[in-house]
Amino acid sequence: MTVRIPTARGAGLVACTRCGRVHEPQTPRCTRCGSALQSRDTRSLQRVWAWWAAGLIAYIPANIYPMLLTSALGSSTQSTILGGVVELWAHGDLPIAIIVFVASVVIPVGKFLAIAFLALKLRGPHKPDRHGRHRLYEVVEFIGRWSMIDVFVVAILASLVQFSLVATVNPGLAAICFALSVAFTMQAALSFDPRIIWDD
Amino acid sequence: MMQTEPEDLAALPLTQLRACPHCDALYRLPTVRPRERAVCQRCGLVLMAPRARAFTRIVALSACALILLAVALFTPFLDLSAAGLHSDASIWDAAMAFSDGIMVPLSIAVAAFIIVIPALRLALIVYTVFPLIGGGAPAPHAARAFRIADDLRPWSMAEIFVIGVAVALVKIAGMASVTPGIAFWTFGVLVIVLIWQESFVDREQIWSALDAARPDRGQAPA
Repeated sequence: MTVRIPTARGAGLVACTRCGRVHEPQTPRCTRCGSALQSRDTRSLQRVWAWWAAGLIAYIPANIYPMLLTSALGSSTQSTILGGVVELWAHGDLPIAIIVFVASVVIPVGKFLAIAFLALKLRGPHKPDRHGRHRLYEVVEFIGRWSMIDVFVVAILASLVQFSLVATVNPGLAAICFALSVAFTMQAALSFDPRIIWDD
Repeated sequence: MMQTEPEDLAALPLTQLRACPHCDALYRLPTVRPRERAVCQRCGLVLMAPRARAFTRIVALSACALILLAVALFTPFLDLSAAGLHSDASIWDAAMAFSDGIMVPLSIAVAAFIIVIPALRLALIVYTVFPLIGGGAPAPHAARAFRIADDLRPWSMAEIFVIGVAVALVKIAGMASVTPGIAFWTFGVLVIVLIWQESFVDREQIWSALDAARPDRGQAPA
């Protein structure tokens, strides 16, 4: 786009990121919705990286420890996130295997890469393709919460399959690690100040 | 689309200006009629999308959703039978699946994501919007209430839970027969009502109603 679009910062003003109301600089809080005002969130990147790292640390045990502990007639099996996908695949439930794989592997890994890419790009000297990066930010912010699917699957299975001695399903340690990882990366995406993408 | 004439913007009073929350692009506050949308020219974010009689509809749909949630909570959700054995679970049971030992925090989180946060958001939205119907003055601390509802939006995960249920049903289907209960259908309807309600929530419309109706306009809201 060649047209120069005026910005609140360019006009010497500060805008509310919650309600869009524009204020004189140095106004501490939005007079309409009461949110804290900042022309640019200068500590945004620090918080993004902190949540990102926490999310990544939690994602490792989430893949190592079992997600589900199934015991049926004395024999017990454990399945990890990937193990669960493979099981579904082997059963022939292809669409469901794909949903779980996308929600538990593709989205989290893609999110780690996308947030790191967005945060690193902000430091670079020249910033091409703002529209593309803004689009990526919107996708990451929208899609992150959908990773919780597998946590809910475990919750439903564990509450439903309780036939005392015959068959029981219990949650494994990975469930808590995975839920934390999703929550942390959601916070990372929410901490990002997309206005910086557009600054010169 | 919003029209911008950069030279005119500086002359306008601040109340007539709006900036895109995502990319900081500055606009003159346009007149947007119901069913029209104002979209940021630069990043494409929908800035305004007012709807006719939105406040009445928001309150009605929120109340409806709260009732559905209450019904879904305590009626049977899924019923499982295999080899003469029988087991059932309510949504509350699903949330409490992690309720022993180290898993307790996860149980609390699941209950929050699928029950507490959706219910709290609905209650806060009703509290904010109900007094505004017909141009009334906002309730005390309405701005704070709506801010909390806004912050909680990403953490309300009823619709994600529904996909989780679908996946769980397929996983169980091989080893037992599952019968959906009343709560199963209620929860499905709830998700549709929530999406419908969301379509009437235009934040600019609500914030400006909270603002214009304030007697002490210009003061920092509580």
